[in-house]
Parts: sequence; C-alpha cells; structure tokens
Amino acid sequence: MKDFAALFDALDQSTATGDKVAALTAYFREADPADAAWAVYFLTGNRPKQAVPSKRLHQIAAEVAGLPDWLFADCYDQVGDLAETIALILPPAKSRASISLSVWVTERLLPLRQLDEAAQRAALTAYWSELAGTERFLFNKLITGGFRVGVSTLLVVRALANVSGVDAKVISHRLAGDWQPTAQNFSALVGEASSTFDVSQPYPFFLAHALSDAPYTLGNVHDWQAEWKWDGIRGQLIKRQEQLFLWSRGEELVSAQFPEIIAAAARLPDGVLDGEILAMREGSVMPFTALQKRLGRKNPGKKIQADTPVAFVAYDLLEVAGEDWRQRPLHERRTKLHEVVYSIVLGADERHVIQLSDIVRAPSWATLALARDQSRKNGTEGLMLKRRDSAYGVGRTATGKGLGNDWWKWKVDPFTIDCVLMYAQRGHGKRANLYTDYTFGIWKSNKDGQFGSEMPENARQLVTFAKAYSGLTDEEIREVDVFIRKNTLEKFGPVRTVKAGMVFELAFEGIQRSNRHKSGFAVRFPRITRIRYDKKIEDADSVELIAAMMVP
Amino acid sequence: MSAKLFVMPIAPTPPTFRTSPPPLLQHTPHGLHCAAGDFYVDPWRPVDRAVITHAHSDHARPGHAAYLATPDALGVLKARLGAKATIDTLAYGETVTMGEVTVSLHPAGHVLGSAQVRIEHRGEVWVVSGDYKLDPDPTCAAFAPVRCHTFVTESTFGLPIYRWRTPELMFGEINRWWAENAAASRASVVYAYAFGKAQRILASIDAAIGPIICHGAVEVLNRAYRDAGVPLPATSLVTDLPKNFDFGRALVIAPPSAAGSPWMKRFGEHADAFASGWMAVRGARKQRGVDRGFVISDHADWPGLLTAIAESGASRVLVTHGSVPVMVRYLRDTGLEADALETEFSGEGEGEGRAEVLVETAAEAESAAEIESTAETESTAS
Repeated sequence: MKDFAALFDALDQSTATGDKVAALTAYFREADPADAAWAVYFLTGNRPKQAVPSKRLHQIAAEVAGLPDWLFADCYDQVGDLAETIALILPPAKSRASISLSVWVTERLLPLRQLDEAAQRAALTAYWSELAGTERFLFNKLITGGFRVGVSTLLVVRALANVSGVDAKVISHRLAGDWQPTAQNFSALVGEASSTFDVSQPYPFFLAHALSDAPYTLGNVHDWQAEWKWDGIRGQLIKRQEQLFLWSRGEELVSAQFPEIIAAAARLPDGVLDGEILAMREGSVMPFTALQKRLGRKNPGKKIQADTPVAFVAYDLLEVAGEDWRQRPLHERRTKLHEVVYSIVLGADERHVIQLSDIVRAPSWATLALARDQSRKNGTEGLMLKRRDSAYGVGRTATGKGLGNDWWKWKVDPFTIDCVLMYAQRGHGKRANLYTDYTFGIWKSNKDGQFGSEMPENARQLVTFAKAYSGLTDEEIREVDVFIRKNTLEKFGPVRTVKAGMVFELAFEGIQRSNRHKSGFAVRFPRITRIRYDKKIEDADSVELIAAMMVP
Repeated sequence: MSAKLFVMPIAPTPPTFRTSPPPLLQHTPHGLHCAAGDFYVDPWRPVDRAVITHAHSDHARPGHAAYLATPDALGVLKARLGAKATIDTLAYGETVTMGEVTVSLHPAGHVLGSAQVRIEHRGEVWVVSGDYKLDPDPTCAAFAPVRCHTFVTESTFGLPIYRWRTPELMFGEINRWWAENAAASRASVVYAYAFGKAQRILASIDAAIGPIICHGAVEVLNRAYRDAGVPLPATSLVTDLPKNFDFGRALVIAPPSAAGSPWMKRFGEHADAFASGWMAVRGARKQRGVDRGFVISDHADWPGLLTAIAESGASRVLVTHGSVPVMVRYLRDTGLEADALETEFSGEGEGEGRAEVLVETAAEAESAAEIESTAETESTAS
C-alpha cells in the first residue's frame, strides 16, 4: 500500500505526462505482480463498489475521531470530499502496517462489504489506526468507491510497455474487455509479445486542426473535400483474417459495446475503415448523451439496442486486404471506400449500420459556408475540410507533401445567450471551498398567467435555464464567489439562492426541449464565455429568444 | 533583545469578588478598546494609543498617534509605518502601567516580535493572543502560555481537519523536493508570505543543497530579521547575480503574487510549491495549481488552539477571525464560556470560508498587495 500511495502522490503532484509515465514505470518495475495487477485495475478506471454506506462511514469516523456530528459536517463542508475529510480528522496512526496493496484489497477492503455494522466499525477502527497520510486517504477512497487519479489508461499502458518491452497496442488489446486483477493476468499482460502480427492493431488516428482563419485562405475550394463534422465517437473498424475489432480514438477496444456494428462489418472485405460511431435513428443523429449511454454498456441488451440504434459512418480507408493505403491520396482512398461500403449487402435490420459519410459539394467557399450553416439541422458540428490529395497522417502531423495542414475542422459558432446567476453550489475536489457550480436563469413573461393571477401579464420572472461550471479563470471564480457570499438569500444544504445581480454570457451547442429546467429547455455543453459586467439583469435574454434559436 | 528569549509564564492572579464589571476590552468602531487603560489593541482606525500584537498589516495599521510593541517587532514596524511613527517598545515579560491597568507582552510564536497582550485590572486578567502558533520556529520566541480569566483567541485554522505535522517532517519534505529538483537541474520555487513564513523557511531548510534566491519583497524582511539578530542563511537578489547564472540548483522564495509575473521568467522550467496551512486540503492545493503544497503555517492548528486555550486556564474565551462559530460552539460544548468577538482582522465576516482561500489572514492579503508593487519595481529594475 505504501508504494502505491507514493505512486498516487507522484501522479497527483505532477501535471507533466513524462513524469507520470516515469513514476508508473518505476512502480511497475518494482511491484509484485499481485499488487501491480490491482494497481493496473484501479489506475485504468475500475473501482470496487462502495463497501460501507456514506452515512455510516461518516458516523463511525466521527466517533473514532471523537467529534460531534455537527463538527464533522462542518469539516466535510470545508473539505468537500468524504474520504479526505475522514483521513484528516482521524487521530494519528498508532502503528504503520507494511501490508501490500493486494492484501489490503483482497483481505480487508473487499470483505468489508459483507460485514454487519458492528463488525465494520471494529474493522475500520483497526484499519485506520494502521494507516497515515495518503494511504489512509486512498483506503477511504476505495471504501467509498470514489477512487480517481489523474492518469489515463494510455499512460498506464505506455508505462507497462516501457517495463516489459511489449508494444503498447498489444498491451492495450490484452487489457481490453473484462480484465481481472490477478497476478497471473498481470504476468500475461506484460509477457513476451507473440512473434506473429497482431491482427487487432489499429493505426494511429489522423487528427484535424481547428480552422480559425477564413476558409478561402486554404486556396481553391475544388482542392478540398468537405464532409459533415459528426458529433460522435471516432472509431477504427478493423477486419483481418475473419476477426473484427472496433477501436475508439482513445485506443480502447469498444467492440463489446457496439455488437451490431461488428455483426454488420462481418460482410466487409478485409481492411481498416476510419469513421464515426453515432447513435442514429431513422437516418437522423441522436444527441451525444444517447451515445454515451451505449458507450458505458458492454454487451448491451435487445432493448437498449432498439432504443438507441448505432451506426458506423465511414469516411476513410486505411488498409485494403493487408495493404497499407495511408500514403495514397485522399481521392483515391475515397473511391475505394465507396466501393467497399457499397459492396456489402446488408439485411433490412442492418441497413443503416454501416454508412458512407456524405461529401458536401459546393462550387465556392461562399456556398460551402451556406451549407455549413445547416450543420445544426443535421446534428453535426460543422464541416471537415480535407485536402483531396492528402495522405493519412499520424496524430496532428500531416505526412503528405502538402504545404500546410491537410485536415481542418470548420465548426459552427456556438449559440450564446446572456443569463442571470440564480443558484450556486460549491465545487468538488480542486474547488471544494469555492462556489463554482452555477445555475443560470433567463426571463419568462407572465403571458398565460402561469406565475399566478396576482401578477400582471407583462410581469417577467427569472426561470432556471442551464447549469455551468466551466469557462471562468480562477480569479474570476474567486470574484463570483465573493459576490455569492455577499448576496445569499437562502441556503438549502449545499445550494445557495443568490440575489439576481450578475449577468453571464453562456455558450452552448444544441437546444432540446426538456423538463429539467423551468425554462423548458436543456442545452448541450453549456459553458461560461464571460461575465457581462456591462449588463444589468434586465438586459438578460428571455425564453422567447431560446425558442427562436431552436431549430424546428 | 534575543529573539529566542524564553519567558516564564506569569503566575495566575487569584480571582477577586466582583459584581460584573464592564468588560476590559470592548469592540468599538476603532478597534478593541480598553477603557480602563484608554488604549486599543491592534485598532483598525486611527487612535491615540495602540498596543500592537505583531507587524502584519491588518494588526499594525498606519495612522495611530503612538504605538507600543516588542523590541523585536520594531524593525518591521518601522519599515511598514515609516520612520516618523512614534513606537515605544516593551520587552517580553516587562510591565507598564496604563491608566488603571497593567500591560505586559508575552511571546506568541507567530512571527518575529509577535506578542500576546496581557491586561490586568484589579485582579482580573485578559490576554489577547493576536495570531499565534505553538510549533517551534527558529525565527521567533516560542509561544508562552499566560494564565488569565479571559482569553481572546484567533481561529484561522479552527477546524479539526487542520493538524500540522512536526516542522522536522515538513522541512525535511521541502529539502527532499529541493534536492530532487537540484539533481534534475531545475529551480525550486516556493511561494510563501514575505513576512514570517519566508524567514521561517529560510531558517529551517538545509542551505547546503544549493543557492537561495529571494524576491525583493522577501529580502526586505530578511534584512529586518537579520538586524534583529535572527540568523538566516545567505540569500541573493536576482539583481546581484550574473546574467547567465544557472538557477538549476537554486531555491527561490517569492511572495504568492509573483506567480505568473515576468519576474518568474528568468527561472525557466522550474518546479513550484506553495507553503501554507491551507495546503492541508487537497482541493486548495489543486486550486493553486502548483506542483506541491507544503503544509506550513504560522497559525495554531486545531489541537494547538485547544491546547493554548486550556493552558491559559481561562474560564471565558472570546473567539476572533477564522472559524468563529465552530470554535464558539465547540468550546461551549466543553463547558467554557465562549463568545464571538467581532474584529476586522479577517475579510470574511461569516468565518466559514474565504474568498481568497490561500491567504491566511487579511494581513497577508494586504502584504501581498504591498508586495505586488515591490515586485513590479524589481522586475523593471532588473
């Protein structure tokens, strides 16, 4: 546990990827396979279920620390994290146990869930007395099921590759699916690479740059291929030697989440396609949230497959029958892609599962700009511009002989609206003692007498519209925090009702009707673009404006 | 007067029979007023006679006609209030009669020259602690408990989540971090308040690891500390160094306001850390956005506050700036008579959190503002 805690500290204290990989590599080099297995398991985002209910944990901790409940609650309020609060208030450790991570987990943490309350109390009291500092914090985090650390699976895989000499993509593949944290599995994970070619191996994705200049700076419009910029999950669909693999851009194998794509792809000839996984019903793209639900579900059942159908919209072709096509020009790859996608005959149920991403044709940049204005109607984020003679590069680096970047994303501008701060809640983690989560309101008039007959018809009232907690600088957050504290009307638990007085500009992508907020709308990816010191609350926007913005 | 002078606590005065006399200290628009002695303790508006607990700027404000402080505080006070300020000194443990009361100053362990003010009136004793800590600090006299009937305590870190580890452990951590950075040839920057915290760090670290560079705002106070006889390791200003100086093994001590300023550019790729009691909480550490948070404070932690209160023997405790409601409620539950005493020593009236979470008291916030201007001067000068 001590070594794992030291690793956690190193990961937690550094923001540099290189340092994180170095710390991980050092840990895996020394760790016993049984401990390393659990470390891999936790660091790749797996968490044990909550072992002790929060309320009980809170009571036991307050008791052990000899604190009254109210004082524990005040402490929790200041810290903003239960596991950390407990770690801070408990008396210093009596003795330091040098028990390994795997023993802590398998012999102490996991059995805790099965115990009754009295036994849990006795066990926790004993365990806490043996842990100090970060170890105590981590143990609590594992108990509450809230363990998180700022490291991606990719970095863990990279470190394992460093230690073992096995290729990172092979490790990533081995780790995919339902990987269980045992010593044997860990040894297999970093064991000798097989000498045969790994058929699952994806190519690195080629990524686009954001276009900030006017598009005509790119030259002749006819040198460019325009496609819709889909708002889904980038994916690589691989068929080699009768085996199928679907990788996400995070180099995570997602075949199990999208069985219908795998089934439909069975008819493809051998090759590798680059495209977008989208939730799509009857030809129209569903909101990203629907797709997210699918991403979180391995082996989805019939119902969820029917409720949220998915499609793979292909836009590039990287390999054909074992031959790497990436250095061929885009127009050639596109012609072949067309042929491949249309060569397969799909059954009625699967008709829409594998599709070709449309090319948006326009005689001039101006016409193309008009097409781009239609993006929201298609559920897309704008246009992709790809140089017709470009090779398929690596990451953001073009490998062709072109003059500059070969792939651009030309997104539509977000919607913006001015709204009024109505409620505030404290942040978590990094911002636990500042009010950082805001609920904003817009004006709604009393047209239908909905606020009661005693109010005149032309009266207006602020109604909640969206929550946002990003977009401000730390300094601005502190300013808003001061405003909130000075202008609190009421407190409900962690939420404060704030006197209307501050106007913010919010940006967001899509609008849907929803009952989540009183305004009757919900927006996608709302974020604060700026504080409008220049506007009074009367100048904030209204429900009518949102309704007008919404694409019918 | 040596900074390390140890002063024996004064024996408690037996309580005398009294019929609820007026309180010895009262909150007034000008500050905490002692009517029987006709003076104020750390007043926030200009008054005739001010007894000063320590030289942080919200406790020692400019504009009073006469000041009384410890000899150790004199240097910093003069630097802050100007040479023209009338400042009398009273050594730790010595007494002076003011009106009907006897006043003496006793070490508070907060910063150089910091004092608790003991006020005795007809057998009744009050002690105003100012800011204090119980942990040892090589740059100032150790906190000395003073018996009293009424103890006025601060409560900056008045929550049980705040518990300091021993200074050896904390400074050992800084030394290890510095040595690791030095081995990797990258400068180590510690952000710390210019008055008190910075000198405590200087006096506690292992100066053999590498050269120590101080920001101008810190160096001014280093000078005052050295003048008062506090030994500090050798430090340099960036302006003293050759143009191509290699900062790879250096420890840089700078006020928090220097972060992100042009002054920092010369250090290139560096590791940074923030030294403050608030760093005990992970969220505050993350928010600061530095590599490391060293939990080092010149205020008492929760056990420290409770120990000081217990050792004062006071039956009545008045709580000022910090976690006031928490401390009052907790002390009442333990059977003490406890109340909030309103002061202007902290920015947050509610005492339940702070807009500027990283500034330990309003004093330090203000000194940070002062420093800002110094920082600018220095960066243009160099």
